[in-house]
Amino acid sequence: MKPFTYERAVDAAQAVRAVASTPGARFIAGGTNLLDLMKLYIEQPTHLVDVSRLPLAGIAATSEGGLRIGAMATNSQVAAHPQVRAHYPVLTGAIVAGGSGQLRNKATTGGNLLQRTRCAYFYDTTKPCNKRIPGSGCSALEGLNRNSAILGASPACIATHPSDMAVALVALDATVEVLLASGAQRSLPVADLHRLPGDTPHVETDIAPGELITAVVLPPPPKGAQAYRKARDRASFAGGLASVAVAGGQVALGAVAHKPWRASAAEAALRAGASPREAMDAELAAAEGHERNAFKIDLVGRMGVAILSQNAEDRA
Amino acid sequence: MSDQRATLADWAKPNPVTDNRSGLIGKAVDRYDGPAKVTGTAAYAFEVETPSPALYGILVTSRIAKGRITAVDTASAEAAPGVRLVWTHLNIPETFADPEGKVGFAKTHFPLFRDDRVRFFAEPVGLVVADTFENAVAAAQLVGFTYEVEGPATSMDTALDQGEIPTGDPDLEMGDFEAAFAASPVRVDGIWRTPVINHCQMEPHATVAWWEGDVCVTHTSTQVLKRSQVYVSSTLGIPQDKVRVFARYIGGGFGGKVMNHWDLILAPLAARALSQPVKITFTRHQMFHATVHRPGVTQEVRLGANPDGRLTAISMMTWSHCDSAGVFTEPASRFARNLYAAPVRRMGLRRVRLDLPPPGPLRSPGEAPGMMSLECAMDELAEQLGMDPVELRIRNEPESDPETGKPFSTRQLVRCMREGAQRFGWDRRAPVPGQVRDGRWLVGMGMAAAVRGSAILPAKAGMGVDADGVVTLSQAMTDIGTGSYTILQQIAAETMGVPLEQVSVNIGLSDLPPAPGSGGQFGAVTAGSAALAAGMSLRKALAQLAAEDPDSPLHGGPAEAATFQDGMIAIGNRSERLSALVSRAAPDGVYREAASGPAADQGAWDRRSYGAQFAEVGVDTVTGEVRVRRMLGVYAAGRILNAKTARSQLTGGMIWGVGAALTEGNYPDPRYGSFVSQDLASYLAPTHADIGELEAIMLDEEDPKANPLGAKGVGELGIAGSPAAIVNAVHNACGLRVRDYPVTPDKVLAHWKSNPLPLAARGRGVR
Repeated sequence: MKPFTYERAVDAAQAVRAVASTPGARFIAGGTNLLDLMKLYIEQPTHLVDVSRLPLAGIAATSEGGLRIGAMATNSQVAAHPQVRAHYPVLTGAIVAGGSGQLRNKATTGGNLLQRTRCAYFYDTTKPCNKRIPGSGCSALEGLNRNSAILGASPACIATHPSDMAVALVALDATVEVLLASGAQRSLPVADLHRLPGDTPHVETDIAPGELITAVVLPPPPKGAQAYRKARDRASFAGGLASVAVAGGQVALGAVAHKPWRASAAEAALRAGASPREAMDAELAAAEGHERNAFKIDLVGRMGVAILSQNAEDRA
Repeated sequence: MSDQRATLADWAKPNPVTDNRSGLIGKAVDRYDGPAKVTGTAAYAFEVETPSPALYGILVTSRIAKGRITAVDTASAEAAPGVRLVWTHLNIPETFADPEGKVGFAKTHFPLFRDDRVRFFAEPVGLVVADTFENAVAAAQLVGFTYEVEGPATSMDTALDQGEIPTGDPDLEMGDFEAAFAASPVRVDGIWRTPVINHCQMEPHATVAWWEGDVCVTHTSTQVLKRSQVYVSSTLGIPQDKVRVFARYIGGGFGGKVMNHWDLILAPLAARALSQPVKITFTRHQMFHATVHRPGVTQEVRLGANPDGRLTAISMMTWSHCDSAGVFTEPASRFARNLYAAPVRRMGLRRVRLDLPPPGPLRSPGEAPGMMSLECAMDELAEQLGMDPVELRIRNEPESDPETGKPFSTRQLVRCMREGAQRFGWDRRAPVPGQVRDGRWLVGMGMAAAVRGSAILPAKAGMGVDADGVVTLSQAMTDIGTGSYTILQQIAAETMGVPLEQVSVNIGLSDLPPAPGSGGQFGAVTAGSAALAAGMSLRKALAQLAAEDPDSPLHGGPAEAATFQDGMIAIGNRSERLSALVSRAAPDGVYREAASGPAADQGAWDRRSYGAQFAEVGVDTVTGEVRVRRMLGVYAAGRILNAKTARSQLTGGMIWGVGAALTEGNYPDPRYGSFVSQDLASYLAPTHADIGELEAIMLDEEDPKANPLGAKGVGELGIAGSPAAIVNAVHNACGLRVRDYPVTPDKVLAHWKSNPLPLAARGRGVR
């Protein structure tokens, strides 16, 4: 990897100042994605600010009846937390469907949200990719695009967001708390954190350079059943072909778009009394397949219907 | 050396291994090299300590698949921190092509960087050596190649008519196939396709090299030490005895390390140029292109049968891809010459040249992909006939080799199938697909036969005993994780009548008596037979020593009557400890070498190992995901040398069968000529979670016509047929026949779009 300098942050304010004031600086926490990308020269930070030891790993109830998860809590800690397991089983289910045990032990909540796509052409630096080199083109569009997006894609990029955890967070209406370089804080819904590719697929989130995710806040759990289901080519350590998170009447889809996909149209249809099939059809009306990934439309539809039907049966 | 001309009659005589008086042969002995490996003290090639600080080399690989290098800019790389050397085709020292062209399966490798042509994607075109690994990697990024790009040919199926018949592999034609097939009342006729499979060894190819005067010392990751030694000496143009190749520990080979690659030449070259040790490893990404892989195979299988199930005509033609100058052909249809009886037969191999990286052998070349078509075709035939798949195979069991008429040395395929069916609960299989439901899963069972050859090759070994009574087995043999160390320890201990702890196994160095290494599941029987021969020679020497030594209690006894047990040498009721004899009569130790190899009259017999594979799968009625619930393999592979390592070999093969059936494959992007998966996150080898219950049963068998041990290979048998058993189980679960491997959810869903789910899968409870 390209030589870089490194510092270990002692507090969050200093960390954001350090990144904001150093051109090419990046935060590093678990490093499970960043280090891979650095070894391939896809990411070439000049300076790393290690935030993994900041006291941001707590998980505590909020006064609103929800849960505040520190950004440095590892995926394993969150998935195993008694409050999460009891009240947000969709989140536990999503997290343990991602990566491997070793990765989940290292990966943090904040880092999981900011991980980058697994599109093979993004990883192959001999190929055009608008994410790596804006304007170079999208190799997946006419390539081996079996894992690519079916919703919200653009001619510039058909990559998907790889996180399972984020799909559950979107279904749960979670928000992220962000510390700005100025020391101010802001929060935004996880659903608004990631962008669709448009013609700037290299800009993946609404987090500006130097801004640090400090926590994820879950509102009180919605009424109704929760479930996470992921289809994949092998039983572990594989990106999803498609996934569905359901929390009460809230539905999100994974591995189908450049961001965790809140299925608002399906939710609206369900509220209006539609059947699960009709609801999924409404959601997927705008879905568009490419040469090798059109099956994902059928797949995620079937998964959504099955999981929503089961919830309906359980209510009956 | 008399064993070179041994006969089957010699092999039929009792020997210490077949007598097995101490019971060490076959015992589930723990691995000899286990403690070193689990404590991290086993040094793999890249980790070997060098006599002086090492430099680090990184290969620079081409960014295109086909074309010409028009310009090279090495200035910034040469100026980068710590860089000691940058080589391209413009300035690499002279190397030589292997004169016989036999060293590499891909002759395009030799000599290195020979011209400005690029022949496949990620072909090594440059080398950077620096003071640290990190500086070498960083500088390698700075080497600038300008290319004139040509469009690569990557599609085999549009070039099948250009398939070449490999030299020495003519088609088999027995009878008029087309006529017999047309006249057959029942027929199966299909095309199956298996994709490129990568080896994915845990340890990448790596070499560390230094020079001691004019002697080149290398530690490398190789399956065949002698081949590596020849490769280095012929490519560098130095005598063989000036090359020492070490490979004490090898982190997986699977056929990919039968041939060697750029690291093994460039490290010595650079070490010579810089007068310092040099380490070179392939990166994980480079492993996917710049080594070898199992080629994709297009397979046409046509079966004709009578209503009673007897095959009347069988044809299997297979095409595999090869690089522009390579010689490797996947022998995917070869096993079909032997497996089933049918009076009319046609088999052939074709090689199609594409601009893809060179292919090479991967665990069970031929059978592994080839049985994925024929054994599914047999399942389809059984379905058409309304016959049990086991019964169909029994009905087509040949009495002798269907091609040559040679008798089988042993062939317990039928017993494997019957025993497997009974143990697996095959009678509970519903003959009609789609009948068994478990929650959201449709459940099915499938089976397939397994066959793999069993060769013994010429080899030598040395056996010595020192004044402490420690027996040392010496051989230029490799252990690629299979258990060679352990079975050689067992054979040495049993032959010399000493406990296991009293045996030292010295392998992994080309200086030692030559053996053909690990590959083709000939390793254990070949190396082990030579070890037995060396032990017999040593026994004879020790018996003579004792009989002729006036101070020995055995003095004057008939040397040929000596026995060896419990660390003692005995003649009649007179005995003494080996250590006592050697320390007194030959304090420097006694050492003998001997050779073994095929028997003179062995060729009259057809010798193979056999098995039966059973699988139970679930098919998710919502997602089309297939998961293996249970697998059982029952094998007849001669005498089992170590119940534990043999079982690991067999189950390891079965696990790879899960990958071949369900998850694994690599695919060239036709625009770029590169494979899409280039790391272990995107190339989907099976994980623990993909494997359900898994059992391998080994039948009692001895095959004295295979080799003096009566053993046969197990390293490759487990993968033969196991993918077909899984895919046949998928059909039994849900009615789907997939002929394009692997069976992924998209293919299952496509089937359900045109074929409604079986009745059992409909209605409530689908989740």
